[in-house]
Amino acid sequence: MTASQIFFLLFASATLVAAYLVVTVRNLIHAALWLVASLLGIASIFVLLDASFMATVEIVLYIGAIAILIVFAVMLTRRVMEDVGPQRTNTWWFGAILAILFFASASTLIWLTQWPTLPEGDVGNTVLILGKSLVDPSKYVVPFEIASVLLIVALIGSIAVALPSKQSE
Amino acid sequence: MAHEWIFIGIILLFGTIFAAVPLVVNTIVAPKKPNVLKNETYECGMETVGDTWIQFKVQYYIFSLVFVIFDVEIVFLFPWAVAYKQLPFFAVVEGVIFIVILAGGLLYAWRKGALDWV
Repeated sequence: MTASQIFFLLFASATLVAAYLVVTVRNLIHAALWLVASLLGIASIFVLLDASFMATVEIVLYIGAIAILIVFAVMLTRRVMEDVGPQRTNTWWFGAILAILFFASASTLIWLTQWPTLPEGDVGNTVLILGKSLVDPSKYVVPFEIASVLLIVALIGSIAVALPSKQSE
Repeated sequence: MAHEWIFIGIILLFGTIFAAVPLVVNTIVAPKKPNVLKNETYECGMETVGDTWIQFKVQYYIFSLVFVIFDVEIVFLFPWAVAYKQLPFFAVVEGVIFIVILAGGLLYAWRKGALDWV
């Protein structure tokens, strides 16, 4: 077993344990913090895959922005910090069947897909290649500009929904 | 596997040890004589009134929403900025268009008063 395999097992098990705790702990803030730990584990798996930029994106976006958004959303809600109700509903078997079906179909797809492998040797500065192809007219420039339009739509939409109206004050 | 991220791993490891050693040594060495006053959350300072788990204002949420949008913008602009010196003029202008479109969003948030702290 090589060193990177040991590290992979370490990070993957840490991710799974943290993900399990996200859905089982009763304090919502603690669940959000375990979510951060789980996302950190995924970031370290990206590091092992030599995808440094993806690891940085994982930390900057998922931990820096989305997890913080979740924490704020939890703090906005009232009186749900300590959930005291049972953690199982009467229809848990239906959810379990759906989860098993999803797991089966997803793993079958992963198993059947021919995944492209990275070319041997040094591929060069991946961030530089990504930056060049993002604004290359023959590659991804249209998705790049559409992404900014999508972001502005999300920004305006979220402000329009979340901003308290002037009349209510 | 010689890896540039090894250094971050080493810093993470030694940072944890550096923080943990004083705490562990304290727990082992320090005498324990707890009393009611010592066990207060703030031994000195203001005592909190009521429950500390309060409902936050929606204002915080709007700020973090705006922050998320510009965080995503950074992710898109970072590779563009890395390749900046090797790009033709046209490609640089495309990046500027990207920024200008999102600046419109910032203008909207500003004019709408979403950035006013109330």
